[in-house]
Amino acid sequence: MLQLKRIYKVFHEGTPDEKIALQNIHLTLRKGDFVTVIGSNGAGKSTLMNVISGVLFPDEGTIWIDGQDVTMMPEYIRSRYIGRVFQDPMAGTAPNMTIEENLAMAYTRNQKRTLRRGVTKKRRDEFRELLSTLHLGLENRLQAKVGLLSGGERQALSLLMATFTEPAILLLDEHTAALDPARAELITNLTKEIVERYRLTTLMITHHMQQAIDLGNRLIMMDKGQIILEVDENEKKRLTVEKLLAEFQRIRGEQLVSDRAVLS
Amino acid sequence: MTAMTGAVESGLIYAIVALGVYLSFRILDFPDLTVDGSFVTGAAVAATLIVNGDDPFMATCLALFVGFAAGCMTGLLHTAGKINPLLSGILMMIALYSINLRIMGRSNVPLLNQKTVFTTIQEWGTTCGLDSAAAKTWGILLSMTLLALLFKWFTDWFLQTEIGLAIRATGDNPRMIRSLSANTNLLIVFGLGLSNAMVAFSGALVAQYGGFADVGMGIGMIIIGLASVIIGEAVFGTKTIARATLAVIGGAIMYRIVVSLALRVQFLETGDVKLITACIVILALVVPQMARQQKEKKRKEEKRRNRAQVMAVAATGKGEADVAVKKDL
Repeated sequence: MLQLKRIYKVFHEGTPDEKIALQNIHLTLRKGDFVTVIGSNGAGKSTLMNVISGVLFPDEGTIWIDGQDVTMMPEYIRSRYIGRVFQDPMAGTAPNMTIEENLAMAYTRNQKRTLRRGVTKKRRDEFRELLSTLHLGLENRLQAKVGLLSGGERQALSLLMATFTEPAILLLDEHTAALDPARAELITNLTKEIVERYRLTTLMITHHMQQAIDLGNRLIMMDKGQIILEVDENEKKRLTVEKLLAEFQRIRGEQLVSDRAVLS
Repeated sequence: MTAMTGAVESGLIYAIVALGVYLSFRILDFPDLTVDGSFVTGAAVAATLIVNGDDPFMATCLALFVGFAAGCMTGLLHTAGKINPLLSGILMMIALYSINLRIMGRSNVPLLNQKTVFTTIQEWGTTCGLDSAAAKTWGILLSMTLLALLFKWFTDWFLQTEIGLAIRATGDNPRMIRSLSANTNLLIVFGLGLSNAMVAFSGALVAQYGGFADVGMGIGMIIIGLASVIIGEAVFGTKTIARATLAVIGGAIMYRIVVSLALRVQFLETGDVKLITACIVILALVVPQMARQQKEKKRKEEKRRNRAQVMAVAATGKGEADVAVKKDL
């Protein structure tokens, strides 16, 4: 489904600010895999997402989606196959457009946009049905501008927009990090539900170790641009936060201060 | 009265410029200064063709396409050339100045005694049994109203289509619409093309209405368009797209009326129009801000006064309570 081979990415190459963001990354996601990605700040998690989605192009290496080489495919073409939800709840929706208009834009993501009406009656019924699965009452506010929604509601809408066209890959970039605990839990549950419903192949970045352990069937840990730990399906069932931290210390031999802070 | 109908007539013609400016400024969030040049380009193309004896309707429609090309160029400068939006517009505006001179061959093309769109409409009116003056006034008023509404209807329709929604999202949240597989660069180029097509079309009509095309007739056109958009939005509101486009047309007419009223003041001359325009735009931008600040200040003062009152009441209440306690003892 998604395959990365020997990916390298260096920022500011040849200057004193040179930073190796990704180093020899190999990663394969089979269909239906739900992989959580953890790692401290600057580990290269977001760069990995950006390379997969086409915001950045790798210096070396190849990326395949469904057997197709997409390494140099521009972002706007690639995003037909990739659904994304960003950390910032404001990033995934257009605030001055209505809920139904936002959904209509997501609806046409994997087809050619034409001069047909964006929101037809038939689509509106479909949108209403989709929104009712969020249990937020948004199905009664189709004509409300998205800017009027709360952060949690906007993120739920973003999640729906990223997924209902059943993209080949779903990328979640710390999409619950900017929400309060109650909203974050709501979005986490919705994520679980939606990924299961559409059986989406998912890659999720998170800072929250417990969330990384609870969700998905595989886990990878990144540090300094490398994947330093891969946990497969069977191991992951027995994984705890303590084991994960111990593992990290064993590999890196240093205290993981920032992630301890997150846990407490 | 004639001055008023004149103001409304030109308001309706310039409303098409305002709709174009609305597309670039408001929908695409792209401050496009190409307008000053493309307006003249439309006028130059139409005037030159008409003087050559071509059909005025065809000439006006051709101006539409030339304007589209000019807008696309600005879009390409910005997207492919990665030049800042303001600068792309200014560069295109300067380039168009020379191109306009080339099209016209000189700096001014008079259209007196030429067959224009408006003389044709007037002819239709007289064949319908109106006298010449009435045919001119009512013919222009009616046809320009229909035309302005046609452009409004087109804009409303277009911005509801799948492509139109993507263009609106490009102005609203480009990152999001890229993640929904839209080529924002293409959409910006197309949107600016459309915007300048309207502006050039309006330029072609203005040349025929005023009886000449002049290389300097576009100076400040962007500000006139912006003034119309801002006035319209302030007066009529922007709740939906259909409402906003209607507001823009209304704003264009109101702007013309304000200018014609201002010019009646004794010491103001025709040359002061641009100064008046600048003042209108400045006022329209500053006054709502000041009003908001004033309102906020008032609200805070009120709050403070209420709190002071509550505190005073509490204090006296406490005093009495103390008395009661003492009595109990």
